[in-house]
Amino acid sequence: MKFINYLEKITDVDIYALSSFSIFFVVFLAMGFWAWKADKKMIEEISRLPLEN
Amino acid sequence: MQVEKFYYDNKIVKMYAYATILWGVVGMLVGLLAAIQIYLPAANFGLPMTTFGRVRPLHTNAVIFAFVGNGIFMGVYYSLQRLCKARMFSDALSKIHFWGWQLIIVSAAVTLLLGYTTGKEYAELEWPIDIAITLVWVIFGINMFGTILKRRESHLYVAIWFFIATWVTVAMLHIVNSFEIPFSFLKSYSWYAGVQDALVQWWYGHNAVAFFLTTPYLGIMYYFLPKAANRPVYSYRLSIIHFWALIFIYIWAGPHHLLYTALPDWAQSLGTVFSIMLIAPSWGGMLNGLFTLRGAWDKVREDPILKFMVVAVTCYGMATFEGPMLSLKSVNAISHFTDWTIAHVHIGALGWNGFLTFGILYWIIPKIFNTPLYSKKLATTHFWIGTVGIVLYAVPMYWAGFEQAMMWKQFTDDGTLKYQFLETVTHIIPLYVIRSIGGVLYLSGVFIMVYNIVKTVKSGSLVANEAAEAPALSKNIETHGEQYWHRWIERRPIQMLVFSLVAVAIGGAIEMIPTFLVKSNIPTIAAVKPYTPLELQGRDIYIREGCYLCHSQMVRPFRDEVARYGEYSKAGEFVYDHPFQWGSKRTGPDLARIGGKYPDSWHYNHMLDPRSMSPGSIMPTYPWLLDNPIDTAITPAKIRAMQTLGVPYPKGYDQQANADLMAQANAVRINLKIDKITTPANREIVALIAYLQRVGTDIKLQRAIESLQSNK
Repeated sequence: MKFINYLEKITDVDIYALSSFSIFFVVFLAMGFWAWKADKKMIEEISRLPLEN
Repeated sequence: MQVEKFYYDNKIVKMYAYATILWGVVGMLVGLLAAIQIYLPAANFGLPMTTFGRVRPLHTNAVIFAFVGNGIFMGVYYSLQRLCKARMFSDALSKIHFWGWQLIIVSAAVTLLLGYTTGKEYAELEWPIDIAITLVWVIFGINMFGTILKRRESHLYVAIWFFIATWVTVAMLHIVNSFEIPFSFLKSYSWYAGVQDALVQWWYGHNAVAFFLTTPYLGIMYYFLPKAANRPVYSYRLSIIHFWALIFIYIWAGPHHLLYTALPDWAQSLGTVFSIMLIAPSWGGMLNGLFTLRGAWDKVREDPILKFMVVAVTCYGMATFEGPMLSLKSVNAISHFTDWTIAHVHIGALGWNGFLTFGILYWIIPKIFNTPLYSKKLATTHFWIGTVGIVLYAVPMYWAGFEQAMMWKQFTDDGTLKYQFLETVTHIIPLYVIRSIGGVLYLSGVFIMVYNIVKTVKSGSLVANEAAEAPALSKNIETHGEQYWHRWIERRPIQMLVFSLVAVAIGGAIEMIPTFLVKSNIPTIAAVKPYTPLELQGRDIYIREGCYLCHSQMVRPFRDEVARYGEYSKAGEFVYDHPFQWGSKRTGPDLARIGGKYPDSWHYNHMLDPRSMSPGSIMPTYPWLLDNPIDTAITPAKIRAMQTLGVPYPKGYDQQANADLMAQANAVRINLKIDKITTPANREIVALIAYLQRVGTDIKLQRAIESLQSNK
């Protein structure tokens, strides 16, 4: 594989930035939503795991 | 439900703990030597092996991959077994992993000192070692995932997520950045060239910090801090957000190492934006750590382990606040290439990694030897000496960095540069001296720890197999409330691995693909031609001696740099540079426009004794270059490797190359003779001079052609 340049110019370069930002943002929102709604008892149980032994 | 009896493997934890201590001492001693060499050139001892350019990569590799590396494995092997309620998957794999890693460290130390380096910072190890690292990393992965799969605890605690993300990302970074074409048993050329090589290298370099020095240590923090404080982490929810935000954002931030360079502007901006976003998850993690101690600060007063952890987490917070600030172009314009960067990384290395490691060592050793720590008082002494050491290290370096950058940029009223480069170096030497005193203090703290741990080990006996019991993992998993999708993934380590990989791979790919594919990103310069065989040999000597560790080859588009060095660097100038040699620190001046600046004889005398040409210079001497013959037997293989990488040498040129090499070497020899220097033509110094006289001159040729054309 030689690093010659395959494309002459980059059209719609913003699609790279937009798609990556959307992916990040959606995952982040989903995570935030989950963390907010998660069952309190389960969270407490998991957070005590290091103390068990 | 039936309770199963099993045993935790503490012996492997002990082995990693000992290796961590051993390599910590070695790596820091080498660092101290490097720190002294900066103000005392005689400490280079005039030998190739002990010269700064080889000592410095040994220091960085030793502390990152040997000290912190073994620290990671110590933390993972201890916590993973307990969080999974299972012994490690395979004792044999644990041992192969351990000894394989130590063998890599030893071969790394030997080859680096012998001058075998790829010339890419923190990825200096040559191709056979790169392959060994990949194999051992895979063994670690099998052992880790095997343990996770046979666990007796349905939940995967957040620490394990950090370990999984670490494993998968380090694997990806290492493989992508290590693409290289071998041309001999221990030497290769980077697959990438110039600006692309720089982008891949700093994508790797930055994420080595992120995924080798940070995420595994965060996992370790999330396990050992609650353990030491005997209370659960402040907010488990926050730790989940911390994890996902961190791995998503970190992977993008690499280009902030290349601000104002010849890297395309959009990539620089991308790096800046994501670096600033990084403050949020980093500080979320830091506050989560510190708040875990809420209501327990009285314990911190008593317990040296918690003291170490509090300072470690605080240093994490400082370094991750500073990182985004340094990614702002206006701040970076001052900080980059100066000791400010050195101060920044040592807040992370000495504070975050070092202190967290010490805290965990003081916690684990008594635990697995089933005896109290020999002396709490000595541990507290270690803490205070270490803390003063960090301050004495960092403050002078911040000062030096800021002061030197200001001096570089000052002009007189007549519009000329106020200071010679050398003046800006000699001015900060006292600060270098204080820095090494800080290093001595930090290291003496480590020796106190060694004594304390030896005494503790002697008073106890290793519980090699620690008995534990837990019910087998039920097929019917009990549920709490509603089942959200995260609950689904949280139970599935393999899917977790895949999602982590997707998260980091997207970032890497989107950042790099456009630079590789788009022609407009690297405008070509007609006058830029491949190096001649002699220059290529010279360039390899430049890489071997680690010149890039003190000299950049990147003139940024600033008034002072253009006035001091010459025309600013263009991406198109580096298309045949496998690897790129832009550097990251200017302990000496930039060399991007060194070609033609001085006569050949100046370089000859300067390499023999830098102080004869520049009184007060702190550069080491390189007398062996005057005696070593050029290895011409390897020239054809080098040319062929370059041809494979797309460098346009004519077909069959590998067989002619040595004839051209000797012709050019003779020209240099005659040039030196005119200045009353007698040397055979086939000496390494001749090749190095040929290379240095070529660097950055192609663009001058281009300008000459342009002015000829406009005069027509």
